[in-house]
Amino acid sequence: MNETTRIVIVGAGHAGGSAVALLRQYGWKGTITLIGDEPVPPYQRPPLSKAWLKGEASAESLALRPAKFYADNDVEMRLATTVAAIDRAGRTVTLADGEVLAYDHLILATGARARKLSIPGIDLAGVLELRSAADADKLKAALLPGTRVAIVGGGYIGLEAAASARALGAEVTIIEREARLLARVASTSLSAFFDAFHQEQGVAIELNADVAALEGEGGHVSAVRLADGRAIPCDVALIGVGAIANAELASAAGIDCAGGIRVDLSARTSDASIFAIGDCTHRPLHHYGREHRLESVPNALEQAKQVASALTGRKLPAHEVPWFWSDQYNLKLQIAGLSFDTAETVLRGDPSSNSFAVFHLAADGCLRSVEAVNAASEFMAGKMLIASRKPLARERLADMSVSMKDLL
Amino acid sequence: MPKITYIEHDGTEHPMEVPVGLTVMQGAVDNSVPGIDADCGGACACATCHVYVDPEWLGKTGTPNEQEASMLSFAAVTESNSRLSCQIEVTSELDGLIVRMPEGQH
Repeated sequence: MNETTRIVIVGAGHAGGSAVALLRQYGWKGTITLIGDEPVPPYQRPPLSKAWLKGEASAESLALRPAKFYADNDVEMRLATTVAAIDRAGRTVTLADGEVLAYDHLILATGARARKLSIPGIDLAGVLELRSAADADKLKAALLPGTRVAIVGGGYIGLEAAASARALGAEVTIIEREARLLARVASTSLSAFFDAFHQEQGVAIELNADVAALEGEGGHVSAVRLADGRAIPCDVALIGVGAIANAELASAAGIDCAGGIRVDLSARTSDASIFAIGDCTHRPLHHYGREHRLESVPNALEQAKQVASALTGRKLPAHEVPWFWSDQYNLKLQIAGLSFDTAETVLRGDPSSNSFAVFHLAADGCLRSVEAVNAASEFMAGKMLIASRKPLARERLADMSVSMKDLL
Repeated sequence: MPKITYIEHDGTEHPMEVPVGLTVMQGAVDNSVPGIDADCGGACACATCHVYVDPEWLGKTGTPNEQEASMLSFAAVTESNSRLSCQIEVTSELDGLIVRMPEGQH
C-alpha cells in the first residue's frame, strides 16, 4: 500500500461508511472515494422506523459520522451518484454520466432495496416503502393522529413502523400473507407474543391475507383490497415485504453471485481486487457451516472490519455470532444466532411478564439461536453459548433460579 | 461545551468538547476516538461502548438501568464503575468527565 493506491467504495450506507472510518482508523494511507446514490453522507437506518419516525432523533444523531469527518479524513465523496458498470479487466467503474474512475481495490456496499409488489395501484400517491431517510420523511409527514395506515407485511419493518405510528396516534392495520407475523424470521412463540402485544396496543392484524390491489381516489391510495374481496380503508399504505440484494452491478461484471454477492470471510468476492460488504452479500457463516445473506447492521460492521483488516494487513476480526435487534413500544427484542438445524425449543421466563427468552437447540443440545424480549442477560449469554457450542441441559436453561452466568 | 477526556487502554488521552444532549458514546464516535465501537448506534443492544467512569464522577453520571446492567454483566472485564457510554447523556454537570476504555469491546 502507498499513498497512490486507490480504494473505490460503491454504496454509502452503514457498510460503506463504516469501511471508510475503519480504513482510516487502521492506517490506510491511499485514496478513498465513496460513491453513494443518495444525496446525503452515510447515516444509520435502524432509527428510521423507530426514534426518527417518532420525531425523537435529530439529523445529526442519525449521521454515521459528522459531515466534517469525510473532509478531515481526506475521503472523496461522490454523493447522488450512480455507478453503471464495473470493468474488471481495466479496473475501473463507469458512473451513470459516463465518467470513469480507476481503482486498485473496489468495495461493493450496494445494500438491498425494498421488494416491490406487482399489483394494481402500487404507483398511487400515499403508497410508501421504508428503506431510506427520504422514505422515512414521507411516512413521517403522513403520520398524524387519526391517520389510517395500512401496513402490508408483518416483518420487522412493518412491526416497528406500526409501533411508531401508534405512538403518533395513527390507526394501524397490519396485513400479512402468512399465517403469522414474522413468519420468515422468528419462532411461532415469538410471533404469537408480538401478535398479542400489537393488538393490545390497538393494532388490527389481518393474517393469511393476500393483497389483490391498492385502490385510490384522485390518484391517492384510499384502500387495500384483499384477495377475499374485503377492503381495508387507509390514508397511507406502507409496503414492507422484504428486501432484495443489489447484486446486479456485480453479476453484470461476471462476479459470482447467489441471491447476493458471494464473499469469503475476508469479504473478498470471486475477483481478488473486489470486495463486497453488508446487505448485498451472500456470506459464509462460520458458526453454522453454510452460506447465507444477512440483513443487519452488525453484519455490515463485521464485514467492514473484515475488508479494512484485509486491505491494511491486519489480523482478521474474530467471527461474530450474527445478531439483530428490534425496538417496539417498551419491548426490546434481541436475537442472537440463526435457527438452522434446530430440534428443540426451550422457553425461559413468562411471556405474560413481557420479559422472556426462547432458546433453539440442535439435537446435540448446542444452542443455535435465542430470541430475547426484555431479557438482555439471556441474549448476551446466548450469544456466548452459540459460539462456545457447549451442550446445555434443558431443565437448567428453563429454570429462572439458575442464572445465565452459571450456564456459560 | 463540556470537556470529556477519553483515555484509551494504552493510556492515550483524547480530550474532546462534546455538545450537551449528545451521549458520551456519540462524543467518542463523532471525534473518531478509537476504543468505542458502538455497533448498535446507541440502542443499548450490543455492549460495545463500554467505559470505566472515573470514580470521582460516578455521582454525576448516575447508575445503569436494568437493561444496561444486564448487558454490562456479560461484557468483558467489568468493574463497579463500568457503564455503557451510550446511556450517559452529556450535561453541563459533566464538564471535566474522565472515562477510560477497556482493552477491547468484542
